[in-house]
Amino acid sequence: MNALTIQNLTKTYANGVEALKSINFNVAEGDFFALLGPNGAGKTTVIGIVTSLVNKTSGRIEVFEHNIEKNLSAAKSCIGVVPQEINLNLFDGIFNILVNQAGFYGVPRKESLKRAEHYLRQMELWDKRKEMARSLSGGMKRRLMIARALVSEPRLLLLDEPTAGVDIETRRAMWNFLRKINRNGTTIILTTHYLEEAEQLCNQLAIIDDGEIVENDSMYNVLTKLKLEVFVLNLDQSIDAVPEIEDYFIEITNPKEIEVHVKQAQTLNPVFEKLASLGIGVLSMRNKTNRLEELFIELTRAESNIGVTIE
Amino acid sequence: MIMNLQMIGMVALVRKETRRVLRIWVQTIIPPGITMSLYFIIFGTLIGRRIGQMDGFQYMEYIAPGLIMMSVITNSYGNVVGSFFNAKIQRHIEEMLVSPMSEISIVTGYLAGGIIRGIFVAAVVSLIALFFTQLNIQHPVLAILVIVMTAGVFSLAGLLNAIFAKKFDDIAIIPSFVLAPLTYLGGVFYTITLLPDFWQKVSYFNPILYMVNAMRFSVLGKSDIDIFTGILVILAFFIMLLCTAIYLLKKGVGIRE
Repeated sequence: MNALTIQNLTKTYANGVEALKSINFNVAEGDFFALLGPNGAGKTTVIGIVTSLVNKTSGRIEVFEHNIEKNLSAAKSCIGVVPQEINLNLFDGIFNILVNQAGFYGVPRKESLKRAEHYLRQMELWDKRKEMARSLSGGMKRRLMIARALVSEPRLLLLDEPTAGVDIETRRAMWNFLRKINRNGTTIILTTHYLEEAEQLCNQLAIIDDGEIVENDSMYNVLTKLKLEVFVLNLDQSIDAVPEIEDYFIEITNPKEIEVHVKQAQTLNPVFEKLASLGIGVLSMRNKTNRLEELFIELTRAESNIGVTIE
Repeated sequence: MIMNLQMIGMVALVRKETRRVLRIWVQTIIPPGITMSLYFIIFGTLIGRRIGQMDGFQYMEYIAPGLIMMSVITNSYGNVVGSFFNAKIQRHIEEMLVSPMSEISIVTGYLAGGIIRGIFVAAVVSLIALFFTQLNIQHPVLAILVIVMTAGVFSLAGLLNAIFAKKFDDIAIIPSFVLAPLTYLGGVFYTITLLPDFWQKVSYFNPILYMVNAMRFSVLGKSDIDIFTGILVILAFFIMLLCTAIYLLKKGVGIRE
């Protein structure tokens, strides 16, 4: 079953901006789905329409087979959302925020109290439960928004840049938590500007650019579409000359480090063999840049938007 | 099941709104008490003595029902316009909008919040009135009904104001330029029989006249208008504003892009 079906979705704002141009994509139940795109591409508009915060111009949306036009209440019962902007009642108590949210989703009060405690503990906010939301740090507010979205125990969780402005430690903890709830059956749609985050977490992705879907595939398939990858190899000794291997471009970046450009059809085996024949060991190896980031830039030409020349 | 879900959502919102009223009681309950005390002292005790009787009652006794209604009107309106607009500005209204709560549940929740504050304030002002005059309520059930319905009408009016408001100025204009003049000209301090014919007829277009006089009838047993007409007018406004509010929320006016 699809957790989300989007067909021919179009949105034109009152000022004439065409935010979505008849887009189509599906998210299968259980997926951890990345919805990526540059600023203003239309990601938040998609989430806004699915959650009914934005009126669509045309198109069809189904959440677990509930058409949002015919059965909006049932569709919304399945959805939890963490928006991009902080939208907490800053003058309300943290515990109350969660209990209220559960109530709005029809969770009986006794159960709401239990769930509020459970998710505040999960997000390590239980000690702050009596404080007002405005007293929390930025990262804590983000965690509170995640707890608020989970308190209704949604089948589909929409995360619109949930880790923006969050420190690395908290972000990693959030990743682990999100992986866990995904493993437990919650379908997750994530928008993020941290492409490493999407690559680490998601098994499916769609890239949206200027209101159109420019890529929609599994993470594995998308990454294999990269035409060129650059690997950085740290060596156990200095080298003076570039090892010559036919069809491979290699450069020395510092005496104990080389960069190897590997095309789509090539493997790294000849490089290792050559280095071994020269008596050079490879201590470690990494991608020079994030692979998804490379692909993202290729598909969206994001760099050209900020005036950086692409070769 | 769906009905139950809507009921739980609505109760959660009513609870939230009531807690808000009680949490900030210094802003919501005390100020109308102070303002109405001043009205009783100045218009009742000081000026009232010189006025003598109005429509067969001591002036203080005559204005007490109107002052109760005045505080109910301004506070129920202020409660909903403030709460809903703040929710819009801080965007936590999205908590409800993304939930399965229906528009009817949302409107009912805010409406209940406004009515609850109206009842609290009416009780406080009535208690204060007892320090200055006697309140021999002739029709207690009718008095409660009028307070609840009037609070309901102005809670809904406040909700409509908040739905359309885009900035803080927008929620200050209506209370200052529309609500206050209509309230003062709604027969709180005088009987409209004192007015020339033309202004008496104009007064009949002021809905607050009916609310003040319905309350006056409930308390004193006498008013400028027929009680059934008064109740009908209040009910008509209530239904009209309720339907408008639900329609606007369904359309997403002021809350959805």
